[in-house]
Amino acid sequence: MTMRSVSTTGPKILEVTDLKTVFGTRDGAVHAVNGVSFHLREGELLGIVGESGSGKSVTMMSLLKLVPMPPAEITSGRVMFSARDLLSLSPGEIRKVRGGEIGFIFQDPMTSLNPVFTVGFQLMEPLRKHMGLSKAEAREKAASLLALVGIPSPADRLDDFPHQFSGGMRQRVMIAIALACDPKLLIADEPTTALDVTIQAQILELVRGLRRELGMSMIWITHDLGVVAGIADRVAVMYGGLIVEHAAVEDLYASPKHPYTHALLQTLPSLDSERAEKLQSISGQPPSLDAEPTTCPFAPRCEFAFERCFRENPAIRSTNGGWAEDRVSHDVACWWDIEKGAPRDDG
Amino acid sequence: MFRYAIRRLLFAIPTLLVISFIIFALLDLAPSDPTAQLPLTIPEEVREMIKLSLGLGEPFHIRYLRWLEQFLVNEPLNLIEQFWGIEIGNSEDRLRVRSWSTRAPVVDLIAARLPQTLSVVGVSYIVAILIAVPIGVISAYKQYSIFDQVGTFISMIGFSVPTFFTGTVMIVIFSVVLGWLPSIYDTTLEVRDYDSFVAQFKQMIMPVMVLGLFNAAQLSRFMRSSMLDNLNQEYVRTARSKGMGEPVVILIHVLRNSMIPVVTVIALGLPTTFAGAIITEQIFRINGVGQLLIGAIEGADIPTVQTVTFIFAVLIVVFNLIADLLYGMLDPRIRYD
Repeated sequence: MTMRSVSTTGPKILEVTDLKTVFGTRDGAVHAVNGVSFHLREGELLGIVGESGSGKSVTMMSLLKLVPMPPAEITSGRVMFSARDLLSLSPGEIRKVRGGEIGFIFQDPMTSLNPVFTVGFQLMEPLRKHMGLSKAEAREKAASLLALVGIPSPADRLDDFPHQFSGGMRQRVMIAIALACDPKLLIADEPTTALDVTIQAQILELVRGLRRELGMSMIWITHDLGVVAGIADRVAVMYGGLIVEHAAVEDLYASPKHPYTHALLQTLPSLDSERAEKLQSISGQPPSLDAEPTTCPFAPRCEFAFERCFRENPAIRSTNGGWAEDRVSHDVACWWDIEKGAPRDDG
Repeated sequence: MFRYAIRRLLFAIPTLLVISFIIFALLDLAPSDPTAQLPLTIPEEVREMIKLSLGLGEPFHIRYLRWLEQFLVNEPLNLIEQFWGIEIGNSEDRLRVRSWSTRAPVVDLIAARLPQTLSVVGVSYIVAILIAVPIGVISAYKQYSIFDQVGTFISMIGFSVPTFFTGTVMIVIFSVVLGWLPSIYDTTLEVRDYDSFVAQFKQMIMPVMVLGLFNAAQLSRFMRSSMLDNLNQEYVRTARSKGMGEPVVILIHVLRNSMIPVVTVIALGLPTTFAGAIITEQIFRINGVGQLLIGAIEGADIPTVQTVTFIFAVLIVVFNLIADLLYGMLDPRIRYD
């Protein structure tokens, strides 16, 4: 694997601090995001990995207040983007950021496009709103966007409805919509999950190409470790609404420090090793999140768990001395040191 | 779509023939006597002759075919002649469907009463839509809010209380106690100037509101649930993520999708409303098609009952087709081929 050049000094485009989102449901509160902090530098691609219900999508939607409020409520946190806190913006101001400065791609292209409007209409909407283009200008720009994402005869396809596109083509349309107003940041929420493998590969190739061309910063949410390995610079692993491990992508795969990451990597079937009897899995259930965690959320499923894990929730800490000019901080939230096979002595 | 419409219209022909047969046969089986309301002094032989003169001496299938010929061939020819002022064949000899009690052609009776029914039913239906759509949209958008709770409660009442009750209550309040509105609809009133317009407006308020609120109660429920279905769709989140404002998200993206099933319900509900207006017409003494039907049933005027009922059946079939065509226009995913 070639070393990717991870920028550790470039300007931070996004800095999230202690974000918490709670859903008030009829059966009580669900603490979906429990104090997430991370940042993103210009041109970087950050992968967010976690299983269903780990809070990765809610975290990203909370950044732009796209979670339905109510029932959701962002109870704490700061989201600094372009020198202002997105969470304290007025509804009108945040709408200018959505689509204008931050683009969003969603998981299922089958349902993410409005079935009764043409692709052209849906693509021209943000162009006209954020860039103030006339109808003819927006149409021209929309056609060039479809061409950019690799849709053949783009000008003709503007008048087609979403159901006239295949799944992969629809996801290309979604990407075109997200890119429409030249956003500084693109957030992709499992954009390849609903697609079959060959189409996945095409979309990944498209995104790689677009990043080279446009130099955009991106956050890529997925539960597929293989996808992240192929495109990300850094990875954050989420569990129970918390970031439990964060590292440069090579470090994470070479030496996972959190038992959850460790277990996740073991579940990956390998191409070169002998075929396993059956697929590996992590036993147990994800946590229920009915309260903010006071103990380690992974402890009940963890093979290394010991007494302290059921008493205190470990804070996330750097294991390699933190950020430096040529080093990405490798952070983990765990009381156990896998490499030593003993509890961490610090803290 | 044009070919689809033609094909559906062709399919409607056998459907309507079967319906016409069922209507005719059912009414023929009913033990009614067209001479029962005549004075008792008329002797039995005369009564028999009257029945023979009405065509009741003929066997069932002949009477059915005669009625079909009169209604489906002769009456349309008459309408064409009247409309263009031409004469097709020997129009004097052509038999028309005649009422047994008034001896007037049934179609003329219906034509005379249709404007009253149309103005009340039509206006009430438009009122119902104008009330129901905004209420449904707001109730869904502000689900479980006070507005939604009150709206749900009121439409439950509107749903479950029959029009003959609400109509009577309104008459008691607005005509008897307050004396603001007339309780009887004056069909002879002609709108000529401002005063007669006000009078027409006043006499329409109660029947239109009774019928309109009843329909609005149903439609607003449909609108609300259809909006709720769509508000949770992912394309709504996409629209918001593009930075669209709430009015655009709700009134363009969501409403357009939500209207698809609602428009179908509206189209299918219109003929039912015609039938349901019979009771409202009775309460407010509107001299409309409904009253004609009730009077004909009471007077054993079988041809009138058959014809009016059959026209209702035609309306239902036609509006079914309209609903299907509208569905295709609103939803680009539907293709007719």
